[in-house]
Amino acid sequence: MNKKITYAEFQSNIKNTGSGYKNFYSNLLNEIKKNDEEINAFITINENMASDGEISDNFIKNSEDRPLEGMPISIKDNIAVSDIKMTCASKILENFIPPYNASVIDKLKNAGAVITGKTNMDEFAMGSTTETSFFGKTKNPVNNNYVPGGSSGGAAASVAAGFSVAALGSDTGGSVRQPASFCGVVGYKPTYGLVSRYGLTAFGSSLDQIGTISNNCRDAALVTSIICGVDSKDSTTVDITPENFTNFKSLDISGKKFAVITESLSEHTDSEVKRVITSKIEQIRQKGGIIEYVSIPELEYSVSIYYIIAPAEASSNLSRYDGIRFGLQTEKKPDTDVASLITKTRSEGFGEEVKRRIITGNFVLSSGYYDAYYKKAQKARIILSDKFKQIFNSFDYIITPTSPVLPFKSGETINDPLKLYTADLCTIPVNLAGLPAVSIPAGFSECGLPVGMQIIAPPFKDGELLGTGEFIMSEVK
Amino acid sequence: MNKPYPIIGLEVHVQLKTKTKAFCRCENKYGGIPNTRVCPVCMGMPGMLPVLNIEVVSDALLAGKALNSNISRITKFDRKNYTYPDLPKGYQISQYDKPICLGGHINIEDESGNIKKINITRLHIEEDAGKLIHLEDGTNNSYVDYNRCGTPLLEVVSEPDIRSPEEAVKYLKNLKEIFEYIEISDCNMEEGSLRCDANISMIIPLDDGSEVNTPIVEVKNINSFSNIKKALEYEMIRQVEDFKKTGITNNGKNKMTYGYDDSKGITVFQRSKEGESDYRYFPEPDLPHLEISDEMLSDASKRLPELPDLKRKRLESQYGITSYDALTLSADKRMADYFEECCKTASNYKKAANFILTDICSILNNENITISSFKVKPEDIGELVNLLTDNTISSWIAKEVFEKMINTGKKPSQIVEEEGLSQVNNDEELIKIVDKVLSENPKSVEDFKNGKSNALKFLMGQVMKLSKGKANPVKTTEMLTERLK
Repeated sequence: MNKKITYAEFQSNIKNTGSGYKNFYSNLLNEIKKNDEEINAFITINENMASDGEISDNFIKNSEDRPLEGMPISIKDNIAVSDIKMTCASKILENFIPPYNASVIDKLKNAGAVITGKTNMDEFAMGSTTETSFFGKTKNPVNNNYVPGGSSGGAAASVAAGFSVAALGSDTGGSVRQPASFCGVVGYKPTYGLVSRYGLTAFGSSLDQIGTISNNCRDAALVTSIICGVDSKDSTTVDITPENFTNFKSLDISGKKFAVITESLSEHTDSEVKRVITSKIEQIRQKGGIIEYVSIPELEYSVSIYYIIAPAEASSNLSRYDGIRFGLQTEKKPDTDVASLITKTRSEGFGEEVKRRIITGNFVLSSGYYDAYYKKAQKARIILSDKFKQIFNSFDYIITPTSPVLPFKSGETINDPLKLYTADLCTIPVNLAGLPAVSIPAGFSECGLPVGMQIIAPPFKDGELLGTGEFIMSEVK
Repeated sequence: MNKPYPIIGLEVHVQLKTKTKAFCRCENKYGGIPNTRVCPVCMGMPGMLPVLNIEVVSDALLAGKALNSNISRITKFDRKNYTYPDLPKGYQISQYDKPICLGGHINIEDESGNIKKINITRLHIEEDAGKLIHLEDGTNNSYVDYNRCGTPLLEVVSEPDIRSPEEAVKYLKNLKEIFEYIEISDCNMEEGSLRCDANISMIIPLDDGSEVNTPIVEVKNINSFSNIKKALEYEMIRQVEDFKKTGITNNGKNKMTYGYDDSKGITVFQRSKEGESDYRYFPEPDLPHLEISDEMLSDASKRLPELPDLKRKRLESQYGITSYDALTLSADKRMADYFEECCKTASNYKKAANFILTDICSILNNENITISSFKVKPEDIGELVNLLTDNTISSWIAKEVFEKMINTGKKPSQIVEEEGLSQVNNDEELIKIVDKVLSENPKSVEDFKNGKSNALKFLMGQVMKLSKGKANPVKTTEMLTERLK
C-alpha cells in the first residue's frame, strides 16, 4: 500500500483497481511478510487476511457494505482477538491464546474491518520506545535508526509503513499519542469511559483507554464511532456518543480559543520541537484561531503523580500472571512449594521494566507508605485534573507538543528509565484527568524526524476535537 | 470477678445463594465437576473486568436490616492484594473503608431468659476464592478447583462482646437462624456456606487485684458449631497457661493466628503479626462507587420477614402454645408458616402444634426432608386435628388416616368416611364390645381382680382389636374399669 493512506483513498483505490479485497489482501500479506522483516511492527500477522477480505467482497457484491468494510486495521497485542495469540510482548504470555474477543474487536468485525495482525509493543504497555518487547524492537518507518515510540510502537509503525490504514493501540500515559507523533501519523486517545476496556489487558485501570492510530482525524473518528459505547462488561463505560462522530465534519478553527501550556515549551523542550510547534501555532493564529499562553505550574508534578498511580494499579493487575492457569510456567524444577513456582515463573517471564514498575507499585501501596505516596498522588491527581478542566472554562482547546523531545535513537534511553519517564510530561496529565486528546503531525525537525502537536479537549468533546484536528491538518499550513 | 474470663469476637463469612456469582455470570452453586462453573472473568484472565451482581447488594441490604445495622448510602469496593493459588487475580475484591453496613446487633438469651446484646462492627461484601485440593495420590501435587471462585460472601464482624464459648455458639446459632429466615444463605458449615473465625484473649485477674489481658489470638479452621465451643474452651486454658509461663500481655501489636486441629482437639500456632500479609488495599478502579437508592432500601424493608424471636413470642401469645413448642416450630420458618396455615382450619392450636412436632416431624426425620417437601397440605392436617378434637376418630386411628393421607393424597374426612373409621363413641355399641371382650377373656378378668394391672391393658387391646381400633379409648377405659369393679 502507499504509505499514509486514508480509508477514503483506500476505498477509492479498491474500486478503481476493481480486483476486490481478496486480491488486495493476498498482495498485502506478501508485502507485510517481506517488509516487516525489517520494521518488525507485527508480532503475529493474520495469515487468513485474504479469506477475511473475501467476506468483504461478498458484502460489497450484495450492496450490504458495512461502515468499515474491508478496512485493514492492526491490533496492539494487548487487545484480545479470539484464537489468535495475545502476548502483550511478554515472555510470560508468549503462547497465550485468548478464547474471547475484546468488545472493540466484536464491533470492528461486525463493521467489516479486516485485522491485519497483532502489533508489537513495550512489554505490558510499560514503556515509550517499544524496546522492552520480548519480541525485539520495532523500527520507525520514517527513519529506521530511530524508535517508533511506545508503548504502541508497532501500531504506529504499521500505519506509517502502509501495512494498515488504521491501528488500535492503548494509551495509559501517552502510549498512542507519542508513537503516532514519532512516526508522523495521527494518534487519538478518547475520553476515559468512552471505549470499553473489556479484553484490553489491564495496566493502569483508571488511566487505560483504547485509542486509534490513523492517517487523518476523520478515520480516527470513524473507527472510534464504531468501537465506542457503553458496555455491560465494563462498568467504567459511559453512555455518551460525542457530537460530530457521526456525519463527521472538519471544523473551522476561526474564533476558537486555544490555550498553549507555557511549561510544555520551556527550556527543557527540544529546540527543534519548539520551532515546529510555535510555527504551527502561528499558522493556527493566522487562520483565525485565538492563541493564548497559559501557565500550569502543577504540570511539573504530573510525572511523579503518574509514576506512583500507574505502577500501583499495574502491580495489582499483573498479580494474575502466576503460571498456574495460563501462560508461562517455569520449567526449572521447582521446590515443592507453590511460592517457589510462582516466584520463578514471574522472574523468568517478566522483563526488567515490568519488574521495576511492579516493585514500585507494591512499595507505594505498602503499609506505612500508602498515605505518603498513593493517597497523596491521588489527591494531587485531582488538583492537576481540576486545573486542566478549569482552563476549559475560558478556552476550547489546550495545545502542547506531544513529546518535548524528538524521537530517540534506537538504544539511546535503554539505560536511563527516568529520562524516559520525564518525556511523558505532556501526555500524562491527559490520562490523569481522563480527557480526550489527539496528536497530529505538525512538521519535521531539521534532520527529518516527525514532530507531533497535541490538542486536548474537554471530556466527551471527542468529535469536535477530531473535527478541529482534521481542519488543522488539511487547511492550516 | 476472680476467675479469668475471655473476650471473644467472631468473624463470620456467609456465602450468599444468589443465582450467579458476585462479579461474573457463572452459576453460583455448590460442588460440580471441578473447573466447570468458571469463565474468563472469575479465572482472572487478561483483559477481564468485574461486573457487580446487584442481587448481592440486595441481599446485603436485607442482612443489614435484619441485624439492625446502619446502611451506608455510598459504598465502594477495594482490592485486597495477596498471592495464593486459589486466588486467580492475585487480589480479592472486598470492601475496606466504606463497607455496606456499619453497626447492628444480635440478641442472645442466657438460661434465665435474660437478653444480652452482641454488637456488630460491620458487614461487608466480598468474593470467595477457589478451593485447594491435596489428593493423597502418592504425588506431591495439589490441585485447584475454581468453581467457588467469585461466589459472593457477606462478612459479619462482631464487637468483642462475647464472654464465653456458650455465648459464642448462641450468637452463631442466632445469626444462622436470621440468615436462614431472610433466605440469603444456606448457612451450612459442612458445605462451607457458613464459616467462622474467632478472636479471643483472656482477662486474668492477678493477686494484687489488677488485671492483665493476654495477646489476641485469631483461631481459624473451625468447621462446626461443636468445634467452636471446643476450640474456644481449649484456647481459654492454653492462654492462661501461656501467660503463667511467659507473662506476655497484649501490647496491641502481638496478635497471633492459631489453627484448630479437629483430630487432636487443640489449637496450633500458625503465624504472628509479622508474618501477616500486607494487603496493600486500594480502591477497586474497575467498579464505580455504589449509591444505595431509596428504592433499594425500601425493597429491602419489604423483603424483611418477621424475624425468629418476634415470631416465637407471637406464636406463643397468639396461639397459646408453649414457648418450647414455639421455639421448635420457629426453628424452620416454613414449619412455622405451615403451623399457622394449619391453624386457619384447626380449632385446637395446641393439638395442631403437637401433631406437627411429633407425627409430621418424625416423617421428615426418617425421610431426611424438610417441611417444604412434605406433600400433605396444612389445611388437611388442620382437618385431621379437628376430627381428633371432636372425637370423631381416636388418636390411634388418626395415625392410620395420616398414613393414608400421605399415600393417597385424599382428605382425612374422605378417608374416614370411605373406610368407616369413625370412632365408636356410642355408649350402647361400645358396652356391647366391652362386655364381649370381658366374657371372652375370663382369665384376664381374674388377673385384674388379683391385682395385675397389666390385664387392663390387655383387655383394652382386645377391645381395640375387636372394634378395629375405633373404640373411643377414654370411654373404653372408663367402662372396663366400671365393669371390673
